[in-house]
Amino acid sequence: MDSALLIHRLHFAFTVTFHYLFPQLTMGLAPLIVILKTLALRTGDERYAQAARFWARIFGINFVIGVVTGIPMEFQFGTNWSHFSRFAGGVIGQTLAMEGMFAFFLESAFLGLFLYGEKRLSPKAHWWSALAVFLGSWLSGFFIVATDAWMQNPVGYEKAADGSVQLTSFWELILNPWAWWQYAHNMCGALITGTFVMASVGAFYLLWEKFEDHGRIFLRVGVTVGLVATIIQLFPTGDGQGRLLAHKQPTTLAAMEALFESSNAAPLVLIGQPDIPQRKIDNPLVLPGMLSFLTYRRWEAEVRGLNAFPPDTWPDNVPLLYYSYHIMVGLGTIFIAVMVVAAIQLWRRALFHSRWVLWVLLLCLPFPYIANTAGWITAEIGRQPWLVYGLMRTADGYSKMVSAGNGLFTLLGFMGMYMVLGILFLFLIRREIENGPVAEVTTPHHEGVATAH
Amino acid sequence: MPTVWFVIVSVMIAAYVVLDGFDLGAGILYLWAARNVNERRKVLHSIGPVWDGNEVWLLAAGGTLYFAYPQLYASAFSGFYLPLMMVLWLLMLRGIGIELRVHVGNPVWQGFFDVVFCFSSALLAIFFGAALGNVIRGVPLNAEGYFFEPLWTNFKLGPNPGILDWYTVMAGVVALVTLTAHGALYVRVKTDGELADRCQSLALGIWPVQLLLTLVSLAATWFVRPSIRENYLDYPIGFLIPVVVFGSLVVMLLATRRGREKQAFLASCVYITGMLVGAVFALYPVILPASTDPALNLTIRNAAAGPHGLRVGLMWWIPGMLIALGYFVFVYRMFRGKVQLEGGHY
Repeated sequence: MDSALLIHRLHFAFTVTFHYLFPQLTMGLAPLIVILKTLALRTGDERYAQAARFWARIFGINFVIGVVTGIPMEFQFGTNWSHFSRFAGGVIGQTLAMEGMFAFFLESAFLGLFLYGEKRLSPKAHWWSALAVFLGSWLSGFFIVATDAWMQNPVGYEKAADGSVQLTSFWELILNPWAWWQYAHNMCGALITGTFVMASVGAFYLLWEKFEDHGRIFLRVGVTVGLVATIIQLFPTGDGQGRLLAHKQPTTLAAMEALFESSNAAPLVLIGQPDIPQRKIDNPLVLPGMLSFLTYRRWEAEVRGLNAFPPDTWPDNVPLLYYSYHIMVGLGTIFIAVMVVAAIQLWRRALFHSRWVLWVLLLCLPFPYIANTAGWITAEIGRQPWLVYGLMRTADGYSKMVSAGNGLFTLLGFMGMYMVLGILFLFLIRREIENGPVAEVTTPHHEGVATAH
Repeated sequence: MPTVWFVIVSVMIAAYVVLDGFDLGAGILYLWAARNVNERRKVLHSIGPVWDGNEVWLLAAGGTLYFAYPQLYASAFSGFYLPLMMVLWLLMLRGIGIELRVHVGNPVWQGFFDVVFCFSSALLAIFFGAALGNVIRGVPLNAEGYFFEPLWTNFKLGPNPGILDWYTVMAGVVALVTLTAHGALYVRVKTDGELADRCQSLALGIWPVQLLLTLVSLAATWFVRPSIRENYLDYPIGFLIPVVVFGSLVVMLLATRRGREKQAFLASCVYITGMLVGAVFALYPVILPASTDPALNLTIRNAAAGPHGLRVGLMWWIPGMLIALGYFVFVYRMFRGKVQLEGGHY
């Protein structure tokens, strides 16, 4: 591989992977904070307001890192992928510019009010500011996903005389079916991160025997919403996304499953290691016919394997694609199991005393991040070797004027900078969690509002 | 239609410079003007609820530039690769300097964050000025419309300039001085007591430098890009722009002296806008001049996106802009008046 191409790919991959650790919590927490604020408004119970304020502090720290690591993403289209920008800017410039106009202005204007304006606003007005931040962050997510969706499934464009693509239909771009499935799946993934983080902190407080009232609130909200989110993540959103992929990117599907031979009863591989030179899977553990069924709803449906496609259209890193996809699906399945068990315990009013479930919830914290990251790796590695599916190869899209040396210089700079940001983030979040939702605590052992339904 | 988007992008960039300019300026004077913990908190409170929204103008302008002129975006962003990356790092440092300082909760580290905030604000002002200087001076575009500039070569103008040469360094200094004054006048509006007095004397002390630099930069630009005369000679109404620029400078001085703080700040807004409009007026219809050969200039025509996209864009840009202006009016009204520290965040 051309070394400049490799550096530019790593540059984007590294910065976007690090960046997305933060927006997924922003987008996941925002609706949960609205729920807490709603509960506070309706019950008048101060503990819900304290809970909302606590999460707003976490949200604030998280948001700042999300913003400062997000600005480079927009810039990098031009700095590191200028040939792609010139080629596709006439189309994806629309969604990226709309993100700024409709989402960022909304989000930034009301974030200030939400974080610093509680004393200046009435409780209702403050609730509206929380809602505006939620809408802003989710709108932002839509425009980014719509941009990626166009790269996965280009629609509403025509080739211009100078070789670039130009928009012909705004609505096709916005109503791209890929965008809506991917958006639903992605936002649900963010919600899973938010609910697991909230439940995890709640479990921590109960196990610690501090801030227990608030811990119970976190657990109730986190587990209830988390149960819904984890299930929707599998069906219908994951299922719909997968079937669209099978239709539009059959090569990608075959590579995700490391299916080499086309088959009339394609198996679903649970575990196994793809061996690309030999074109087989080592140590496979499979469910026979399952892939055919999941993809086409028929056990005997034909699924085309990688051998049916020319190797120069295969994703260029099949093992990474295969693993990231399997990690995503495997973790998603585990999340459903965890949330179902926790929800049953909550319903039986046993969750707050089931130490083992609390431990599981506590230790689950990093895994939604891994699953979301693996999901995006699946989407982006799966699209290879295309930058815009079927229209432009990744190898043609990077900035030819920026040498590998200059690219490596800034990649190393970002690595150093992000290491500092990451350490700072963990330190500050740990401090907020240890300080807890209220300044002075006398752990009351009465059964407060948090357990009364 | 490309002209419409030229005006729109210019307006958005001007809005960015005027708005984020005052919080950058507040950062530049932060260490000097605010000398104790409470004064520093006051400065942070004065920009705290709005700085992020102000910075969004940069993102929105960038996004709109990308959408309207993909060719310019591709060319300029890859060509200015190194300084842009440094701008990104500075924006990061500055963002965490403002927002995470309060969460650190230890005076030693807060002192460190103070320096980070001040240092990154000052460097950003210089970088933005130098960037504008590069656009006016021109860049070595090749036949494909691309270029790559090293940070510096020999600090001279010529066919192979660096990002930094004497002209762009001067532009950076102009930006630094202008935004310092702008920030001082803003903090003067939003605070009282010794802090406000210090900002006032800072603005007054800087004023002669600002006047001198304005004259020098106009003369230097005349010399560096003789072609800027054409638009002014073809459309003499353009000569109103320097009149406005110098008029606003005079108003700035008089209003500051008489303690009319808001008027002084508004005059500074007008001054900055005037300087930018003057540059943009001179450039039109070129958006990135080639230092190599004028035939290779990127113009509003050869860099624009397709006509359908530009028309559709107007359909969402206008309502989007109106809504965004509504937010800004609302937020600035919510946080109007002098900063109160009680119960504050920072």
